[in-house]
Amino acid sequence: MPAFSEEKLEEVQKIIARYPEGKQKSALIPLLHLAQDEFGGWLDVPVMDYVASLLQIEPIEVYEVATFYSMYNLKPVGKYVFEVCQTGPCMINGSDQIIDYIKARLDINVGETSADGMFTLKTVECLGACGYAPMMQLGKFYREHLTKEKVDAIIDECRKNAAVNN
Amino acid sequence: MAVGSPTSCQITGTAKIKQAIYSNIADQDMGVKLLLKDAQVEGIRYYDAYRKQGGYTAAEKALKMAPEAIVEEVKKSGLRGRGGAGFPTGMKWSFIAKPEGVPRHLVCNADESEPGTFKDRYLMEFIPHLLIEGLIISSFALGSNATYIYIRGEYAWIPDILEQAIDEAKAHGFLGKNILGTGFDCEIYVQRGAGAYICGEETALIESLEGKRGNPRIKPPFPAVKGVWDRPTVVNNVETLAAVVPIINMGGEEYARIGVGRSTGTKLISACGNINKPGVYEIDMTISVEEFIYSDEYCGGIANGKKLKACIPGGSSVPILPANLLLKTAKGETRMMNYESLSDGGFQTGSMMGSGGFIVLDEDQCVVRHTLTLARFYRHESCGQCSPCREGTGWMEKILKNIEYGRGKSSDIDLLWDIQRKIEGNTICPLGDAAAWPVAAAIRHFRDEFEWHVANPVESQQRNYGLAHYADPLAVAV
Repeated sequence: MPAFSEEKLEEVQKIIARYPEGKQKSALIPLLHLAQDEFGGWLDVPVMDYVASLLQIEPIEVYEVATFYSMYNLKPVGKYVFEVCQTGPCMINGSDQIIDYIKARLDINVGETSADGMFTLKTVECLGACGYAPMMQLGKFYREHLTKEKVDAIIDECRKNAAVNN
Repeated sequence: MAVGSPTSCQITGTAKIKQAIYSNIADQDMGVKLLLKDAQVEGIRYYDAYRKQGGYTAAEKALKMAPEAIVEEVKKSGLRGRGGAGFPTGMKWSFIAKPEGVPRHLVCNADESEPGTFKDRYLMEFIPHLLIEGLIISSFALGSNATYIYIRGEYAWIPDILEQAIDEAKAHGFLGKNILGTGFDCEIYVQRGAGAYICGEETALIESLEGKRGNPRIKPPFPAVKGVWDRPTVVNNVETLAAVVPIINMGGEEYARIGVGRSTGTKLISACGNINKPGVYEIDMTISVEEFIYSDEYCGGIANGKKLKACIPGGSSVPILPANLLLKTAKGETRMMNYESLSDGGFQTGSMMGSGGFIVLDEDQCVVRHTLTLARFYRHESCGQCSPCREGTGWMEKILKNIEYGRGKSSDIDLLWDIQRKIEGNTICPLGDAAAWPVAAAIRHFRDEFEWHVANPVESQQRNYGLAHYADPLAVAV
């Protein structure tokens, strides 16, 4: 059974305290974000069950929500997830070419993870960076005005980061 | 990332440089600026600089007024919801039920997800105190002691910025208990979503805030009567709530003098697509569309010297217009950047102001392909509650894909038209309409482009159909 650290549990209590008495279910979406960050970047069933127990709700209520929102990963992902926007404004600025380039560079298709477990490529719908297209989300931040050279630099940066952190 | 870092994202350098890339306000001398007037001031993200520019004077003024008087000022201002629907804000506020002993809530809709729209992000990222001040005033007017900012989950770095602004406001007595000695208590909480366009619809947002799937509710009851946790709730867009600050500062009547007709005040436009200067602009709704696109103050013309083919002026769900109908109405009048003029001619020959997401397409862009990406977007974002939307969005995407990839039949175009008509108006929430309109408008104005794709399957994959005769841009003198 997964479990949050003391420190994380304090954060959980702080989140629950934002809502009226008895409405702790409102904390579900923030808690799933915490859990995904904490337990390997995706939501395994035991993780979802653990969140249900924290909020004293039924596990099915957690599954319902986890399967609805696109930011929750329901299967394992790589260490770095490239979420590339492909909606209209990005498309007219060349997002299709960026996606093709990433596929070729990492030798994976959309939705797949590279053999070394380092990168996952996802396509997403409009992330609100239309004026700075094409773009991708990488972790907490956006990478905008993408070019092939920038993609190369991002891949190198990730590899370097991973080497330092290991 | 440290919250104090001026670069929240990817561009290194000073806050000023980054801001200049994100908004072209610096080179915009024209028009009235209310929301972004201090956007380029060093350190405006923080309390001290914001306060020095006259920040929080509106809050000080408002908290000495009666809550009803604030609602009255907002009514007088003519402010209309900036999220897309354009509903009068003061009227929305006056609908809030006040049953004895039941808490009321204000919820700020920061779920900005309409393709082409990135204005709220700019406000929150760079001038967070403007939103916080607007929220304090509005919470006081509505009697909300616990106010929530529901922000789209992907804007993952912005909650830190907002929370820092909230902490600063609290430290200076503008939030918390007994604000400025008035006896009014207010807390603002930031709630992240997790990736769902539908949560920008107010009842879906409320469901999501309650920790559920973002399935819109059947109205009535309206949120003003039964909103979050069954309590009376007002949901307003970020830009709408920020606009309350200048309204209180200058007075509703003065605010209403800016703009034209029922389009009062200023509007943020996020411009993108094939233009020279994409970014966020504040306009006072008295300029023409032509000026907005071609003037160096704003979009700076079409990129790479290309011709203007078409434009979606108010976020992906509003009708696309070919160049000639964009610049002039069917009556031959100059089309202006305001609510009335953009919708002049209805959906036959007009469009909508919507959220202010201004997407420009040049002559090289394929309308079929662009419409396909939007159809895919709506299929992806349909919550699945209502069958016309759940089934219809996927069906439209499939047909559009066939046409785009040279597998379409000419009967497909009529079928597409038929499907969109059967979605529109037959769903619980407006997502169905939002999915139907772009497809309808694309066929209405660019039918020969669809027909060309069907007739030239091989060629259509290699090159663009080009400028349709009716999409020839006017000779524009700049």
